[in-house]
Amino acid sequence: MNHVVPSSELEAAAIIRDAAARGESVEIVGGGTKRGVGRPVEAATRISTAGLTGVTAYNPAEMVMTARAGTPLAEIEAALAANSQRLSFEPPDFRAFLASAGEPTIGALAAANLSGPRRIVAGAARDSLLGVRFINGAGEILSSGGRVMKNVTGLDLVKLLAGSWGTLGLLTEVTFKVQPAPETEETLAVRGLLDDAAANAMAHALATSAEVSGAAHLPEPLSKTVGGGLLGSDPATLLRVEGFAESVRLRIEKLKARLAGAGAFETVGEAHSRAIWRDIGNVAPFADETGKPVWRISLKPTEGHAFALALRREALASVFYDWQGGLVWARLEDAAEADIVRRLVRAHGGGHATLWRASPAIRAAVSPFEPQTPALTALSERVRKAFDPKGILNPGRMGP
Amino acid sequence: MSAIAFLEPDAGVIARRGAIIAGLVECVGADGLVSEERELKPFETDGFAAYRRMPLAVVLPKTTAEVASVMRFLHAEGVKVVARGAGTSLSGGAIPEEDAVVLGLSRMSRILEIDLPNRLARVQAGVTNLAISDAVDADGFFYAPDPSSQLACTIGGNIGMNSGGAHCLKYGVTTNNLLGVTLVLADGTVTEIGGGALDGAGLDLLGLVCGSEGQLGIVTEATVRLIAKPEGQRPVLFGFPSSESASACVSDIIAAGIVPVAIEFMDRPAIAICEAFAHAGYPLDAEALLIVEVEGSTVEMDAMLRKIVDIAHRHAVMTVKESQSAYEAALIWKGRKSAFGATGRVADYICMDGTVPLSQLTRVLRQTAEIVAAYGLRVANVFHAGDGNMHPLILYNVNDPVEAEKAEAAGMDILKLCVEAGGCLTGEHGVGIEKRDLMRHQFSKAELDQQMRVRAAFDPAWRLNPSKVFPLDDRGAA
Ligand SMILES: Cc1cc2nc3c(=O)[nH]c(=O)nc-3n(C[C@H](O)[C@H](O)[C@H](O)COP(=O)(O)OP(=O)(O)OC[C@H]3O[C@@H](n4cnc5c(N)ncnc54)[C@H](O)[C@@H]3O)c2cc1C
Repeated sequence: MNHVVPSSELEAAAIIRDAAARGESVEIVGGGTKRGVGRPVEAATRISTAGLTGVTAYNPAEMVMTARAGTPLAEIEAALAANSQRLSFEPPDFRAFLASAGEPTIGALAAANLSGPRRIVAGAARDSLLGVRFINGAGEILSSGGRVMKNVTGLDLVKLLAGSWGTLGLLTEVTFKVQPAPETEETLAVRGLLDDAAANAMAHALATSAEVSGAAHLPEPLSKTVGGGLLGSDPATLLRVEGFAESVRLRIEKLKARLAGAGAFETVGEAHSRAIWRDIGNVAPFADETGKPVWRISLKPTEGHAFALALRREALASVFYDWQGGLVWARLEDAAEADIVRRLVRAHGGGHATLWRASPAIRAAVSPFEPQTPALTALSERVRKAFDPKGILNPGRMGP
Repeated sequence: MSAIAFLEPDAGVIARRGAIIAGLVECVGADGLVSEERELKPFETDGFAAYRRMPLAVVLPKTTAEVASVMRFLHAEGVKVVARGAGTSLSGGAIPEEDAVVLGLSRMSRILEIDLPNRLARVQAGVTNLAISDAVDADGFFYAPDPSSQLACTIGGNIGMNSGGAHCLKYGVTTNNLLGVTLVLADGTVTEIGGGALDGAGLDLLGLVCGSEGQLGIVTEATVRLIAKPEGQRPVLFGFPSSESASACVSDIIAAGIVPVAIEFMDRPAIAICEAFAHAGYPLDAEALLIVEVEGSTVEMDAMLRKIVDIAHRHAVMTVKESQSAYEAALIWKGRKSAFGATGRVADYICMDGTVPLSQLTRVLRQTAEIVAAYGLRVANVFHAGDGNMHPLILYNVNDPVEAEKAEAAGMDILKLCVEAGGCLTGEHGVGIEKRDLMRHQFSKAELDQQMRVRAAFDPAWRLNPSKVFPLDDRGAA
């Protein structure tokens, strides 16, 4: 395979145009840290965004930041932190979990539509993504969206590009809305709950005006795999509150009042709270170097625990929950069991299961992304053709 | 300045009107069809009332299955379809065409499911925006996007336009609060996109459909996110000696790390109009007014308001009105929420909707005033300052064709200014017919062609709301 690292958008466009002319496929990578997700791509050329770097516009008072796609996420986060701002959707870092190396890039964050625990209140990457520049499969340089927070001018191709895993275009520049970082945070841990009681507690917490910005449940013994093990291994149902110190304190009290009797409470202070949520977002409980298959399953929050129970009846699996229980991370101890997982998702109100970690052989054999109905598959294929008529960009990466 | 064109109606379709109506009656029954000229009249325009077209017929299905059968039939007959919610579009998005059938969702107005533990509601597309919040209010929840037209406009129309509202600074617009839709495609195929789980599988077709102005399919049902109501909400009203000082105050509030739920701006003409209508106690001596709303617990609101008032004082604020009661809060909002209606009592107006980066607000406001003055007209500005979404209301007399032309021309100049300032043509009202012919100012030919190819992936024959959004000439590449 031919590796190229263009140093400009124009150069990248020329490479794709040439590949299109020859009808040859192109694999698009950022830092390569998530190459192990989705169907393995067989391509003649691998094109990296590593040469397209730098924050191109950032005025904190506008709450908007534009950067070239290959800019390391770490660089962006540092620039934002220097102005007490942040990306609200809490970008995860999957390197330890996926046992991958390299620098996660801002472009790949958009292309994979990633998000962390704050997803439930702040949306995913796509909700903060205001604009993109990209190169389609014909090698045309295009832009969609812009630098403004509200924009309904024409079709929203920004959303479509987000989460398209490089199958519609090579992102060259992205613009994200950013947010002031709150003064502080605390986490209320409710201890000792079984999964169904935890789901119930989390639903109650999110029905209050406490503005919970993270709701996760770690069953025994996974609770000891986050935040340096300080939680011990008893089940921990975690509710995060962010804001002014005084307000955080009052909202934690409000949660305690609402959940009185549910279980024993522990309040986790700022530093430890940050470490815990970082680990939950980064899937630290399964950063285990085992390489065992791990599924990321999104369902209605109240279905998560019932799904997990059913799964564990049919296959050996460990699970933990984010997003109020609606995001189940499941590690299968033997085979990936795609059929079981997907059947049970359908049986529990629907949603989707993505195989986030598995060997290339497994990812070639089962569809890592949730197969869709024939009507949506056909529609999506027509949309893909509209961007990439010859099907040269990351062919097959998203399945089926 | 020529009037905005529509596509040439297809005489062959119009000649078959009788047969088409008969076919539609088969799909929805006689009571689901409007075809008498007198009864069609209310459908001939929308909130962009300067333009009107009589449709071939209006069909009012009651179920997704009926919508599917109507769409199958019209697909077979090769007839155009214009989806319609409440018809409050300000960009002409719901204006019919003479050879098109209007598919109205008004009879699909049931709330199908309220699921509080999962904080979602599943509703039919014709449910009004406010009805959703009303249905869950007693349980302490609400549906966040709140267009000023929320009493009338439908969730289907909100999805069509990706509508926003005063409170979207914190909670986002329609697309950020939408979990799923049932979409009937151009050929009548019924699809489910998304649902109760976050972030659907595959390409984000949900995000694409939101804001697609009835061109990709008919939304018959939607699943939307509900949010627990804040403990309290409190607005504060400021009067400033200049637009510059008000804009600088907005920038500083944001730079200080405070994101209020809403920051609304009015200039002197808008203040006078709204005060005369609402008697809200607005300061008539101010050149600019801001309404800043915060929410949370009393402690949190107090702390944020203290910071905000301090910042305002650094910008020579003349009037500070902190609401002491729910009554006073409602009064502060009453003036703002009735701005369009109040303006309509004073003069006819067209409302622009460009969005600009926050750093450009002051300059664009000043140049907007210059542009409108050069046409010999008046302008009142009332808009969402926190997100740079401007709403200059250009006042004119609708019965004076020369003034009408000038108003339209001034509006176009303002929108070009917004694009040139790094912004966009429309922040929440949509392109419709109104801004269609300006699309080339925002997008290159290759970009428009890309969008049109995506559109064609859904509607290859260009039958869905075809006169809207994309310039009428040069659609060949798609
Ligand atoms: C006084 C006033 C105040 C307003 N304030 C705001 C505001 O604050 N914020 C804001 O964003 N907008 C505002 N608007 C604009 C307007 O209310 C919104 O665009 C609203 O979402 C339109 O809803 P509707 O039901 O009236 O849709 P319509 O006007 O009937 O249709 C709007 C568009 O959506 C399409 N459509 C409608 N239903 C469907 C469906 N079921 N499936 C597919 N396509 C469909 C139509 O074809 C059309 O293109 C205001 C309008 C008025 C008159």
